[in-house]
Amino acid sequence: MDSFTPLTALVGGGMIGLASALLWIGNGRIAGISGIFGQLLPPAKTVLWRVIFLAAMIGAAFAAAKLLPELGVGGNVEAQMVGNPLWLAIAGLLVGLGTKIGNGCTSGHGVCGLARLSLRSLVAVIVFFATAIITVAVTGIV
Amino acid sequence: MTDSLKPLYLLNAAISGALFGAGLYVSQMVDPLKVLRFLDFGAMASGGWDPSLAFVIVAAIGVMFVGVRIAGKRARPLFDLQFHKPDAKQIDVPLVAGAVLFGIGWGMSGICPGPAIALVAFMPQNLAIFLMTMFAGSLLGSYITPWLKQRTALA
Repeated sequence: MDSFTPLTALVGGGMIGLASALLWIGNGRIAGISGIFGQLLPPAKTVLWRVIFLAAMIGAAFAAAKLLPELGVGGNVEAQMVGNPLWLAIAGLLVGLGTKIGNGCTSGHGVCGLARLSLRSLVAVIVFFATAIITVAVTGIV
Repeated sequence: MTDSLKPLYLLNAAISGALFGAGLYVSQMVDPLKVLRFLDFGAMASGGWDPSLAFVIVAAIGVMFVGVRIAGKRARPLFDLQFHKPDAKQIDVPLVAGAVLFGIGWGMSGICPGPAIALVAFMPQNLAIFLMTMFAGSLLGSYITPWLKQRTALA
């Protein structure tokens, strides 16, 4: 089980939690990534902060990889997609469609919703984790 | 100037986004295979299961839980007039159906929306395909959701 990385998982998770807390306390917004990009699409109203948030997210992931290469791409992290293009196209469609219909993803329901003790989010999290675990078992993709 | 255009509001969005992206990298959740190795419960018996994702989400929820308590003492956020709380309350068909569809896509790829966008930093092959269909799916969902809500509310 040499792939298990509890320390970086806790530190990285704490950073994601802090990011979510800052956006909530400062701007009164849920750091749900599907919601943040989903509402960039029409009929979008408050666009600018969403673009800034997502651009900063990409930039910081890039910078972190430069600063901490031993953690990452080329090291333990392989930023490789799993599956052929058609497979990934279907997966992407389901992720976009499902998070829009279900109004949230791993961050919106999983982190923010559970921390807010939302029953809706608890149900969503149980359902999407269970479905994902079953999907991996059925497809045997790992 | 509306509150959502004020410099401090936008700066806070940038800091939050940057922490989020760095956290996705440090926790290695940008690695689709690492996520899949968590979802692969079948590997528990052989010792190949990677529980890291659970540590990520528990730590994130723990910190956010404190943040929610701090925010709860305030009438309004620091840089806006109100907290934008999700208004939906009931457990309905769209919530569950959406979670099922998302779970299938996530289990197929090991990619959820945060990592999908953070991965732009590394531009792995075929990411563009995933992002395009993800945006198309989201757009499609914005048309289907009202219809689905109406249909299932009557049933």
